[in-house]
Parts: sequence; structure tokens; C-alpha cells
Amino acid sequence: MTALAVAWQILVAVALTPVLVGVMRQVRARLEGRVGAGVGQPWRDVRKLLAKEPLAAEGAGPLMSAVPVILVISSLVSVALVPLLGIATLAWVPDDLFVVVSVLLVGTVALALLGLESGTAFGGMGSSRHMMIAALVEPTVLVAVYALSVPVGTTALSSILQARMSDPTTVISPVSLLALVALSIVVLAETGRLPVDNPATHLELTMVHEAMILESSGRDLGWLELGSWLRLTALLGLVVNLALPWGVAADLGVGATVIATLAFSVKLLIAGSMIAAAEVFLAKVRLFRVPELLAGSFVLAFLSVTASYLLV
Amino acid sequence: MSGERAAYREDVVPGALGGKVQALLGSGWRLALVAGHDDGDGFRVVYSFLRPVGQRRELVVRLPHDQPELPSLAGLSYPAGRFERELRDLFGIEPVGHPLPRGLVRHGHWPTTWHPMLRDAGPMPDFEPDVGSYPFVHVQGDGVYEIPVGPIHAGIIEPGHFRFSVVGETILRMKARLWFVHRGMERLFEGRLPSEAIELAERISGDTAVGHTVAFVQAVEEALGIPIDPEVAARRALLLELERLYNHVADLGMIPNDVGFGIAHIHTQRLREKLLRHNAAVTGHRLLRGGITVGDTRFVREPDLALVAGVAAEMAEIVAFTLNHSVVTDRFTGTAVLRADLGGSLGVLGYVARASGIGVDARRDHPSVDLGPDFSVVTQEGGDVLSRYAVRAGEVAVSAGILPHLAELASGGAGGERAAYPVTDGTTGGPAAGLGVVEAWRGTLCHWVELAPDGRLTRVKIVDPSFFNWPGLPVALADTIVPDFPLANKSFNQSYAGNDL
Repeated sequence: MTALAVAWQILVAVALTPVLVGVMRQVRARLEGRVGAGVGQPWRDVRKLLAKEPLAAEGAGPLMSAVPVILVISSLVSVALVPLLGIATLAWVPDDLFVVVSVLLVGTVALALLGLESGTAFGGMGSSRHMMIAALVEPTVLVAVYALSVPVGTTALSSILQARMSDPTTVISPVSLLALVALSIVVLAETGRLPVDNPATHLELTMVHEAMILESSGRDLGWLELGSWLRLTALLGLVVNLALPWGVAADLGVGATVIATLAFSVKLLIAGSMIAAAEVFLAKVRLFRVPELLAGSFVLAFLSVTASYLLV
Repeated sequence: MSGERAAYREDVVPGALGGKVQALLGSGWRLALVAGHDDGDGFRVVYSFLRPVGQRRELVVRLPHDQPELPSLAGLSYPAGRFERELRDLFGIEPVGHPLPRGLVRHGHWPTTWHPMLRDAGPMPDFEPDVGSYPFVHVQGDGVYEIPVGPIHAGIIEPGHFRFSVVGETILRMKARLWFVHRGMERLFEGRLPSEAIELAERISGDTAVGHTVAFVQAVEEALGIPIDPEVAARRALLLELERLYNHVADLGMIPNDVGFGIAHIHTQRLREKLLRHNAAVTGHRLLRGGITVGDTRFVREPDLALVAGVAAEMAEIVAFTLNHSVVTDRFTGTAVLRADLGGSLGVLGYVARASGIGVDARRDHPSVDLGPDFSVVTQEGGDVLSRYAVRAGEVAVSAGILPHLAELASGGAGGERAAYPVTDGTTGGPAAGLGVVEAWRGTLCHWVELAPDGRLTRVKIVDPSFFNWPGLPVALADTIVPDFPLANKSFNQSYAGNDL
């Protein structure tokens, strides 16, 4: 029964992810006065790419086709572990905070290796920038969620969420707000959004995420796109559920699951639209300012931990 | 006309060239153009110098055909050294004493003995393998690596190869290899009547159609002694300002777009489209082709001054909200600084020069028409991306401000009753030459034209401001980081087509 619920959660996440990306792009296009390609375009792109044969650069090794699979698997596992729809968890994989972060890190490292695989300067440049950002992001994620776990006494995400559902006042506590702001910043950095990376650029020299996947094509590129977008769903889903825990299914009933699915879709799409709307007014910070931004978010996360001990 | 010209044109023996040029450069003259000529019985090299206001000097050096050697002026003037490398590639004239006598404009796959501007050069030979290879300096040291970019890019841009030597993210050295698309433009002019060559001049560099065409017809008119009415000069000046406006408006959006501030780009694209449609109404072509002819310039419809003023006002608003954005200003400030002393010795022109505090502007220095009391030369001192952005923003305002005055001058004349320029022959009575100097939107642009007695073109030498400005880009990149290169490059926005003829 739990396995069924987790399978449903993965299915919903995979179905919702292209829509999320489509909505974000469409919102940005409309706010900028463009027509936009439509909400369904990311889904059509992935379908097209998955039907195409990948072409690898001369000298590229087996990682070119292995990394997309590793990335998609790591993203699917994190989507399964993060309590997006319900707080039911599998007995044999803990939905522990550290497990989720580690699983995401597997995908991060795989992407960095992919950037190096084809031996081009752009890929290596993208990988080095990606690892710099990842090294600054991961501690903040850990510290921020740790701050949220202190009142609960466990690092299991489902337990943290359950505690917030049962006592909604904790959501607007200083600890929670600091941690959520810190988390939001690192989610933007980790998923390659403005002001850290510009997903819409064609300028190779400025790219981070796009530079690593520049040499991939066809099926491989399709999986890479889907895998990267799933990370956005997992991380953004975690943040919206921590911020607004309402609607998350407390049991495995069909009714609760339907409500949870609807509630999660609405929350995620609204959060995505808000990010897209904010991006219209943002510019990309200079690469060497990225550490300052992420250090700021780390400070917030650290304050949040401090507060969680002082303000019990 | 010819007697007047003799006053500033002077034949010089090769040995005396260095001293003459040194004296000129020392007294405020600028080397604007060097044109080579294969006269069949020998080579002729024309050095053209300009000095504000409106002063010209030309030095002519004749060289034998069998041993064409020219004393190099590279030690006196950096642009002279580049012109000499161009002469060496196109004519096989050897600059003696040049510190870096290697190929500049020649395509990497041409046979090294083929010089396309020689009379007997014939059609372009088959490409050879790139045997000489390009002498990129290999920077060595701990952690130094190279990033090759292009010549094929991810966007729709012209071909150029950029080789970065980088430590971490800091650029140690950047070398731009251009010259991938030699079209033989100057050769295409030869043998045409000037009226048949207008269409070529309009296509030298698509975004500078007016600049090149006005320079070309000015040169032809000087050679043929055709007087120009003040209304015609005003109409040309007006078209030049319209060209400046639509290009600057586009740049003012594309520069912030390169730091991810897309909203400015979207709005300037809207304004640019408005101006292009206005262009189409004024001359019948979105890029302002078709209005300018030898001896005349006409509009299909009078310019809509209210529309242009509205665009300039909206542009001012977009510039204000772009520069009020702290992240955008942070990215622009101090990025890719071209110091005034370095820019000056490279001989940079146009907004690149004016952003480094070098106030060179042919509209003031070599005027063809009075631009009115609202005209001023916009300069900035910073030399960085912010300054180049601010100069463009200021020039949009100035251009829009002087348009009403120009429109008044342009509509003052009798209009349609001018006799058309005779397109057949016999107008010169002997070989004739002329120089056209124009402040195009990128900077001062020169055409040197020579006509045979039958009125056909025997030589057209084109110097786009990009020829002077491209070397400024690598110099400005010192201490810039790799991800800021596209921003720096866009703030220079040099022409590939105008540079590589």
C-alpha cells in the first residue's frame, strides 16, 4: 500500500514537472510581453528528444549515455523520498534529510563528470562552476533543514512535515522563516535559475548548467532535461510543503491522496509562477558574487539553527 | 576643385615617408585610411590624414612593381602597422621593419602567394589546407588553460574565433581571429559606374548601410566635382541619425540582456521594430537603403518626428530602469575597461573612444552640415561597459534632439527638380579621386574612391571604424573574467563584415 502511494507520488511528479517548467516559461514570456511557446512545450521537447538518436562527440566515453540515466534515477529517488503528496514512507529507504541530500549530490556529481566527458573547454568550465555552486549550496540545505528538525528531534522529512501540520504556528516562527528563506535561495542556485544561472542564454561562456550538457543530444539530452527539471520539482516541492504544509495526505486513503495531489499541484505551480515573475526583474549576478549570495543564505540558515536552540 | 586638392595632396618618396608622417601625427593629425593601388606599371599607396576641423592631408608613395617595399610606420602608429599588414596580404607590398609582419586580412586557406587585389590576381584559387596555421601565443603556467570559441557560435552572429588563455575564471590573454569571410568587396566595385555601385555600398555592412553609402557618394561627388545642396546634406545627416538611433536602441537592450536582464531587451526590440518600420516608410527599406544617390538624397515620405521623439522618450525610461537595477549596474561598472591612453594609441573611434574620454566625432570634426544648437558630443570617462552603455544612451537623446533641426533644413530646398547625375561617362576629363568621411553609428568611416576618365570606378578603399576598434577589445579584457566576455564584446559590438571586406 505504501509502495503504491510512493509510486503515485513519482507518477504525479513526472507528469507535473514539464507542466511546471512550461508554466514558468509561459509566465515569464507573458510578463515580458511575448506570446510564449505554450505550457505544453517542455513536454513536447522532451518527447521529441527521447525519440532521437544521441550523437556523441569524438572521443567521448560511456559516461555520455550513463550520466543521463544516473541523473534521472537520482532525481526519481529524491522525488520518491521527499514528502510531496503524503507523509507515508517506505520502511526500507529512510526519507532522512541526509539521504535526500546525498541522493541529489549523486546527480550533481554525475552532471559534473558529464561536463568533463566530451573534453571540450565549455563542459569543463561548466563543471567547475557547477561544483563551486554545489559546494556552497549543499551545506546550506543541510543546515536549514537541520534547523527545522531541531524542534521535532528527528531529521526524517516526513516527521518534520507532520509536526508542522499538527502545529501550524511553528511555520511562522523565526526559525522556520529564516530556514525557508535560506532554502529558497539555494533552491534557485541548485536548479540553475536567475540570479545565479540564466537558463535562457545562448552565450556559452556565461553558462553553468547548460555548458555541461552542451555536447549531449537526442535521447541523452531528453533524459538530462527531465532529470534536471525533476530536481526542481523535488526541491521546490520540499520548500512549498515546509512553508504550506496544508493538503499533504496524512493517511493512505484515496480521498486524501486526491486532495493532496490537487493541493500539491496548485502550490507547486503557484510557487513556480512566482519564481518566474521574480526572474523578470532579476539580472544575473557576476560569477564571483555568487559565493556572497550563497554565503548570505548560509548565514540565514545558521541563524535559524541558533534560533532553534534559543527560542524553544 | 583639382587645384584646391593639389594643396593638400603631396607625392613623397618612400625614404621621406617616416619623417613626414611623424611630423603630421605630432601635430594633431590622425591616420584615417591607407589605400593601395596596383596601377599596372607600379604600386601607389595613398595615406590619408584628418585633423579637426575639416582638414585633410594625403601623402602618395609610388613603388616599383618588381620590388614593392615600404618603410614600416608601425613604430609611429599602431593603425598604420595594421594597414601595412593589410597591404602585404592584398598586394604583396612588403613593410620593411614591421615588428609583426604576418597575415592580417588574408583568409587562412588561401595560397600564401596569392594577393587578391593585384590586377592579374584572377579568380580565387581553391582553398588549401590551413598549413601556416594561426600563430596563437601559447600561454604556459600552473593552471593555465585555453578556451576556443567559434568561429561558429550558438547565436546568429558573424564568424569570429576567440582564443582565451585563462587561469580559473580570469582572462590572461584573448586573441580574436577574424577574417573568415573575405568577399572581395573592394574588387566588386571596380568597373562599375558610381550609380551602379550604390547597391554595393549599401551592403558592405548591413547595419551601416547609410554610413557606407554616404561616405561612398561623398567621395564620388568630390572626385567628380558635384556640388551638394544643403538640403541634400541635411537629408543624409538625418538618415545617419536614424541609423544611429535604431542600432543604439538595439544595443541598449542587448547589453543588459547579456546579464540576464531580458525585460530591457524585449522592450528595446519593440522600439527597434518601430524604428525599422519608420525607416521603411522614409526610404522604402527597413535598413534605410534606397534613399541616397550620387548628387541627391530623397525620402519616400518625410520622417515622423513625433514617432522618433516618442521612441527616444521611451528609451530614456528603459535606460533609467536598467541603470537603477543594482545588479545590472554592478555588472556594468568596471567591466572591461579600455584606458584612454591605450585606446588613444590604438586609434579607437566612435562610442568606444568616447566612452574612454576620447572625444572623436566626425559630425563635429568633419562636418558636412550644421547640426544645430542641440548637438553635442557625448563622452564618458570610465572606459568600462557602463560608459559605453551611457554614451549610447546619451547619443540616442542627442540624435532625437537634433532631428527637428535637420528636418527643417532638409525640407528647405526646391526639392524634386535637380538634374539627375549622368550615368554614362565623360564627366571627369581625367582620372579623379575623392575621400568621403562620415560619422557612422559605430564611428568615423572613410571611403577612398578613384574614377577612370570614362566615369567608371577603378578603386574603392573602405575603412570601417571596426578596423580600428577590434584591437581595443583584447586590451580591454585584461583582468576581466570569462563569463563577462560576452558582455564586454556586446558593449563594443564591432562589425565583422565592415572589417573583413
